Amino acid sequence: MATDGSVRRSDGDPNGPLDLLDSAPGSPTEVTHTDIGAAGEPAALVAAGADPAGQDIAVEVTALVKRYPKSPVNAVDGLSFAVRRGEIFGLLGPNGAGKTTTVGVLTTRVLPTSGTATVAGLDVVRDAVAVRARLGVVPQRVNLDRSLTTRNNLVFHAAYHGLSRAERTARADELLERMGLADKAKVSVDQLSGGQSQRLMIARALMHRPEVLFLDEPSTGLDPQARLFVHDRVRALRDEGVTVVLTTHDMDEAAKLSDRVGIVDHGRMLTVDTPGQLVRSLPGSATLEVTVRGSDVPAVMLVAALTELPDVERVEQLGVLDTAGAAAGAGVPGGGSGAGGAGGGPAAAADGARLRVYVAGEPAALIGPVVSVLAARAATVSDLSIGEPSLEDVFIHLTGRDLR
Amino acid sequence: MTVPAAAAADWAGPPRSAGPPRSAEPIAPAAPPCPPARVFLAVLSRDVHVTGKELVAFLAQTLIQPFFFLFIFVKVLSNAGFVTTSYGDIMLPGLIALNAFFGGLQAVAFPLVLDFAWTREIEDRLLAPMPIPLVAVEKMVYGALRGLVASLLMVPIGLLVLPSVSWPVSGLAPALLCTVLGAVLGGTMGLAIGTLVPPRRINVLFAVIFAPLMFTGSVQFPWLALSSERWFQVLCALNPLTYVSEGVRAALVPAVPHLPFWLCVGVSVLSVAALAWIGIRGFMRRALD
Repeated sequence: MATDGSVRRSDGDPNGPLDLLDSAPGSPTEVTHTDIGAAGEPAALVAAGADPAGQDIAVEVTALVKRYPKSPVNAVDGLSFAVRRGEIFGLLGPNGAGKTTTVGVLTTRVLPTSGTATVAGLDVVRDAVAVRARLGVVPQRVNLDRSLTTRNNLVFHAAYHGLSRAERTARADELLERMGLADKAKVSVDQLSGGQSQRLMIARALMHRPEVLFLDEPSTGLDPQARLFVHDRVRALRDEGVTVVLTTHDMDEAAKLSDRVGIVDHGRMLTVDTPGQLVRSLPGSATLEVTVRGSDVPAVMLVAALTELPDVERVEQLGVLDTAGAAAGAGVPGGGSGAGGAGGGPAAAADGARLRVYVAGEPAALIGPVVSVLAARAATVSDLSIGEPSLEDVFIHLTGRDLR
Repeated sequence: MTVPAAAAADWAGPPRSAGPPRSAEPIAPAAPPCPPARVFLAVLSRDVHVTGKELVAFLAQTLIQPFFFLFIFVKVLSNAGFVTTSYGDIMLPGLIALNAFFGGLQAVAFPLVLDFAWTREIEDRLLAPMPIPLVAVEKMVYGALRGLVASLLMVPIGLLVLPSVSWPVSGLAPALLCTVLGAVLGGTMGLAIGTLVPPRRINVLFAVIFAPLMFTGSVQFPWLALSSERWFQVLCALNPLTYVSEGVRAALVPAVPHLPFWLCVGVSVLSVAALAWIGIRGFMRRALD
């Protein structure tokens, strides 16, 4: 599940494991205690995320339902969430989950079937005109005015929003500069690349100084440079106090940018929290990967012993090392818990074995106990690494693997 | 519809609401309410600006076809003896009406179909802080302006090709009224067509809608002259362009048999009202999901 891109905190240095052994003289109680502490602190965060009352709310969606005519199901099905003023809120979900429809309702372009939505404290249906003055939209698809030059796209947008002539031109030049488009000012927008168009749409959305900016899939189809640039700009906006709501199915983008993330599927909000807390809340996705040598005890016995440790959900044997030290077998997925899932057979771990320990809590807290257990069975740890789960694991855990 | 002084002063003012910003830079002040009339004019100025940029294309689209109509049917055919020279008296007012109507229609219908189906360029204007029906009204007004310019440009061309034309001065004001009505009618019908025709059917727009409208609008003949072709006369009576052509003719060449002027004005106004209702409804349906 989660070991791709694992954070390697220890390498094969023979001194490393010894240090670990020395520094963790069998203190499981203390480790357990620390673990509870780590789990307790985020619980408070969850409460804060679930009930944003008392905070300044920029966007609030309550029991929102949208059913398109001729559709048998609701595109948005009782969605509720709130975005605090000045935060970056990521709306995450598979294709067709209802993200774009939700943004459509919030940007006054889609009429809700029922439920309410407010932006900057104003109802998006009743006060649609006032809401439009307060929000900026960067759509998924390029919808720049191709009859106008790059600069005039900004100038006319500002005119639609009532900016004075002097302010229009000054702000257009400022934003072109900020978005790295100053040399394209007089060019037809047909000549802009995908990344340039995206930046121009962001500049356009900012022309009238919106309180809330909606970004629909902001970096789809952009090269890494353009993505990084857009990400930097979005963070800078947050720092200026602009509330940003972004929809994406790019997990890295959501994890990097968002202060909080809401995961939507089938038009419903599955969970809302900070990316870090969402990842921590995922059971059994953090892992410890251990390579051991020199033990006469069969690997299966090591697996069984490790499974006994508190906070260990299950242990998998990934393979037996041959004498050259390379893994002989591919990873064998564990069958749920215990040694039964290991495919290594009763072979001794003398030549070395790789084990993956699925951990319920903070993986670092289990390094000591794991190494102690192995050392007690004369197995030398030659390599140890921590695999953190990613937001993608959370996403897949919540929304499943089915194609949409 | 003026900006209150206090609201205008707000522009440079401090952030309107609470919440200390995270950095030293202040929160952007929220836009004060902008009067819809000002937004409307800004959106209209965009269309005028674009027309100005494409002036040559606009002139070509407006003038080439009517010029050939006039040149072939009035000049060439009358010189060859197939039609009488007085046919120009009927044709030129008809072409003025046609230009007003089609100038408005084409300026709205075709771009609107493309806009809603593919380019979505209009979205930025739909997100402007004014009621969405006003965006539709802007399209009609813009179409009407284009139609009016197109028909007025037809006058010097007509006088150039047909130097013998003479109109009563007293007919100019009523003719202008009918031309304006024709231009508004064109813009309004453009809105209705542009929002009702599904994008996949855009290729039949010319054959199924434009051509019949052009030839059943009493442009090239007086409506009363159709009494021997009763079915065609009824068909022409259903085309609102007929009342524009007849009205312009009633004002400029009263000697030619024509429908009563009040009827022409009345039907034109009713048609504008009906098509505006259909067009704005269609626009709202396209603009909002």
